[in-house]
Amino acid sequence: MFSYIVRRLLYTPLVVIGVLIVTFMLFRVVQGDVSAEYAGKNASAETIAEYRKELGFDKPLFINSEAASERGVLAVFDSQFFHHFKNAVTLDFGRARVSKQKVSSLLAEGAVPSLTLTVPMFLGTLITAVTISLFIALVRGSTLDTSVVVACVCGMSLPFLALIMFGQYFFAYKLEWFPVFGYEPGFAGAKYFVLPVLMGVFAGLGGDVRFYRTVMLDEINADYIRTAKAKGQNTPRILYRHLLKNAMIPIISKVVLAIPFLFLGSLLTERFFGIPGLGYLMVEAIGQRDFQIINAMTFVISVLFVLGNLATDVCYALVDPRVTLN
Amino acid sequence: MTAISAEPVVSTASAGRSLWYDAWLRFRRKKLAMVMLVIVVLYVIVGIGVASGWLAADWQDSVGESYAPPSWDTPFGTDIFGQSVFRKMIYGTKISLSVAFFASLLSIGIGVPLGAIAGYFRGYIDEIIVWLYSTLSSIPGLLLILAFAYALKGATLFGYKLDGITAVYLALGLTSWVGLCRLIRGEVIKHKNRDYVTAANAYGASKARIIFRHVIPNVTHLILIDFSLRFVAFIHAEVILSFLGLGAKGEPSWGVMIDDARLELSRGYWWQMAAATLAIFGISLALNIVGDALRDALDPKIRE
Repeated sequence: MFSYIVRRLLYTPLVVIGVLIVTFMLFRVVQGDVSAEYAGKNASAETIAEYRKELGFDKPLFINSEAASERGVLAVFDSQFFHHFKNAVTLDFGRARVSKQKVSSLLAEGAVPSLTLTVPMFLGTLITAVTISLFIALVRGSTLDTSVVVACVCGMSLPFLALIMFGQYFFAYKLEWFPVFGYEPGFAGAKYFVLPVLMGVFAGLGGDVRFYRTVMLDEINADYIRTAKAKGQNTPRILYRHLLKNAMIPIISKVVLAIPFLFLGSLLTERFFGIPGLGYLMVEAIGQRDFQIINAMTFVISVLFVLGNLATDVCYALVDPRVTLN
Repeated sequence: MTAISAEPVVSTASAGRSLWYDAWLRFRRKKLAMVMLVIVVLYVIVGIGVASGWLAADWQDSVGESYAPPSWDTPFGTDIFGQSVFRKMIYGTKISLSVAFFASLLSIGIGVPLGAIAGYFRGYIDEIIVWLYSTLSSIPGLLLILAFAYALKGATLFGYKLDGITAVYLALGLTSWVGLCRLIRGEVIKHKNRDYVTAANAYGASKARIIFRHVIPNVTHLILIDFSLRFVAFIHAEVILSFLGLGAKGEPSWGVMIDDARLELSRGYWWQMAAATLAIFGISLALNIVGDALRDALDPKIRE
């Protein structure tokens, strides 16, 4: 177990390095020098050169042999590749193209509105889906069971984008039950979150209910359920005390894996409801063609995800002695 | 009790039948899945019809005034230019299906050989491939697709400037092979020690022959199941990418239609939105149900 944890810890930096190589390939090699685009259409050569310097495209991609011959051997690392790594480690992702704010502080500011949206959305989906699937497990094989499964597949087939647009139009714009759009920090802003959270829960239910239903069905035929029934225990007690406890392992692993995604926020929902979170920032960055924000976002969210995975795996290894790498 | 009495029936019935024929018989018993299969085939025919210029080639023609509501002649009304929304919906089938098709092709082309090689050779080759897919799978899905689509759009690869839709094919294909690769690797590791592989080894078959002629055909059904469910994800991803301006330009696709409908909706022109949603819903539902039925029919592990 100890060697497993050590190996798992050593593997984590390798994956982070991999993520940095992927983002380097995308934004430095495949996309290439965008300083002319940044400077604008009729920019002078000097302006373009300034942008080139600011964005670091003036340096060679991998090895700076020119600087090495002028400033000593160590200057060989004065290249885009090594700066890409250094910037990521020091969380220095440059400044946003339009607002000129630091990208790292934009990310930090976006986290709170995103979490305010995604945490209730996630908990709401989880609790509703687990409750529905518990009761569905009781009536397995019945018409009700079949119709819930059909409803789940229908829900999964609806495009989320269309759902948000129809929902916003109908409930906020037409019926005026909720504000259409907006954000305020603190509890005063809660009213803006109700509709987006409800829509997120609705959209997530299809897939989740189907997943948890399978989990519950695996458990409901187990001997301990029959014993509990034979003892004459009432149904809620069987469901919540026995079934749910045993179904906890797949539920928890799904929950832990979902946590890093909460930081990413909800790209489309935030965009439509004007919530200034990370998803909104990302959509805006795509529109403004700001590659530094996209690069920073990809890196930071991936690191959170990797760390979340690491924590889960180490916890499993501590609890379950059978766990090994692979 | 029922399991014992059912045993001889199953064994005599399946004697002399191939896995595929057997699966087809199981699949055919599901009426709903058969109906959905017909729907998928219809979508494919429409897609091919559009691509060959036989259907909806006249989508650019103005058929009436701007924003005419649905009527007998224009089943989903018209858009701002007076173009028939119905024709645009038909035309969009081509983009959606071609995205799903090319992305799947690329994803299978990368995932299957890499998975097979990793699983068969193990050692440091395996380590490198596993590292590669661990890296890609530690970047959350939508973020990864967006980053790829963003960087690839307008980029020049091997002297060829990528347009929007090619960037979408590449972004989806290059990011989605991970699951398939992991699956195939696991299966190949399992199959490597089976007798048929030992036998092929003993009569001197080359490694490439063992992998591609012996092992891969034994896992084809898993590729097919994976493919059917992945198709839906690709179709939905195209919608999001087009909406964010990273998709097709100059031709109608369902994502572009939904993007156009964003501003129309608040003015009460709901038909373009409804048409695109209906088209996406139809193919997704059909593929989801066909995919589930395929899995039930082909995977012996979950047979009851």
